[in-house]
Amino acid sequence: MTAIYILWLRQLKRFIRKKASIVGALGQPIIFLLAIGFGLSPVFAKAGGGDYIQFLAPGIIVMTVLFTSVFTGLEIIWDKQFGFLKETFVAPIPRYQILLGKTLGGATVAMIQGFLVFLITLIAGFRPANLASLPLAFLFLFLVAVLASAMGAAISARLDDMQGFPLIFNFVVQPLFFLSGAIFPLKDLPAVLNFITKINPFSYAVDGLRYAFSGANVFNPLLSIAILIGAFLVILSIGIYQFSKVQL
Amino acid sequence: MIKIKNITKKFGNFTAVDNISLNVEKGEIFAFLGPNGAGKTTTIKMLTTLLTPTDGEIFLNSHNVKENPHETRRSFGIVFQDPSLDNELTAYENMQFHAILYGLSKEIYQKRIIDLLKLVELWERKDSFVKTFSGGMKRRLEIARGLLHHPKVLFLDEPTIGLDPHTRNHIWTYINNLNKEENVTIFFTTHHMEEVERIAKRVAIIDHGKILITGTIAEIIKKAGVGRLEDAFIKLTGENIRHEEGNVGLNQMRVNQRLMR
Repeated sequence: MTAIYILWLRQLKRFIRKKASIVGALGQPIIFLLAIGFGLSPVFAKAGGGDYIQFLAPGIIVMTVLFTSVFTGLEIIWDKQFGFLKETFVAPIPRYQILLGKTLGGATVAMIQGFLVFLITLIAGFRPANLASLPLAFLFLFLVAVLASAMGAAISARLDDMQGFPLIFNFVVQPLFFLSGAIFPLKDLPAVLNFITKINPFSYAVDGLRYAFSGANVFNPLLSIAILIGAFLVILSIGIYQFSKVQL
Repeated sequence: MIKIKNITKKFGNFTAVDNISLNVEKGEIFAFLGPNGAGKTTTIKMLTTLLTPTDGEIFLNSHNVKENPHETRRSFGIVFQDPSLDNELTAYENMQFHAILYGLSKEIYQKRIIDLLKLVELWERKDSFVKTFSGGMKRRLEIARGLLHHPKVLFLDEPTIGLDPHTRNHIWTYINNLNKEENVTIFFTTHHMEEVERIAKRVAIIDHGKILITGTIAEIIKKAGVGRLEDAFIKLTGENIRHEEGNVGLNQMRVNQRLMR
């Protein structure tokens, strides 16, 4: 277990030392809030959707946690290229612990980043209905974080250089976000879109977070939690398998 | 201490290591030589559990490397050919990371880190980030790190590559002392024959994945019928420059590695 701890700690130290990238990672959510949030807000209100910022904010927070977590994978590729992964692979610890340490480290970093964005949404006018349900909100964010980190790690096991990562990011990760109900409500959708959003685990995360903040939901929150945990376990198993196959 | 029995490593249809066998005794200093792309690093990677041999068996400190990777990993330390430090951490943190990964208790590792960092003359720089270190300092730190868990075998894959004579001298003196005082088995590769002559007890020369000759320096020079180890090396491995060929092989390996996934 101490191995998981030290891997986690390393990730956290690296994160805290890169102040510029912490600030840099806030750029995208701020643009989303400003451009999409305020830009679409009149249309959304006219369509009878209510205050768009209240609707969008949980989606933006999930986006931050999702993207930051997936970048755990990029860190692993980085470690591969700079040789540090060899140092961890020749140590007397099981590979699954290396993966768990990385996943938890990446998830923690993403949670911190997500919390910063939560504060920004508050400034932008987001008002959670019920602060008592904050722990539930954090549970959902944590599940997003570990699921996405494990996903990033599983992908990185197969990639040897950085070039492959943008491909995965644009064709897998971005769609997962855009088709999760983060920016539009999950009702009266075309059949195909409806199907995709239903099988996307992050839809349940966005919905769960919205439920925690405002009480409105499409899916049963317990079902959402179960689906996220299930998806995490599946992806983690795939990651563990992939990691056991890595030859450096 | 190290027993290699008929190991082969193939990447697709390219054979990087072809049916080699070797024995290294406890406390020996063993030099593993060969031109670029001959299969040295691939062999070391198989010895250190990073690659699985296609065929054959390896025993390290009496542990079967494939069946018992954990006990094997506790038995050796390694300085890789390419750097493997975390540049964003300090020298001390790199050492501490290693110590905790190897399950050392705090009382033990704190003392060892002080001793080792003093030994490689980096104690004053313990809180500096590794990214600010010169090549020689990084190398010294990697050697200190490789020794932290008191390995029985130390693998050094071209440990003095790109270092100035002063640092090289320093590192070999240190490794020699380590072998004399702690009886650590040393298995190293290098392209500097004077380093081999100075420190190694026995030598193996590998080329195209096959071992050409194994023996003491005197035996090898005698068999080759030349005056110096360097001449013997050149005579045995052929006169053509291997740099390009080596790179072709290396690239081929990487291409195949990717194809296999």
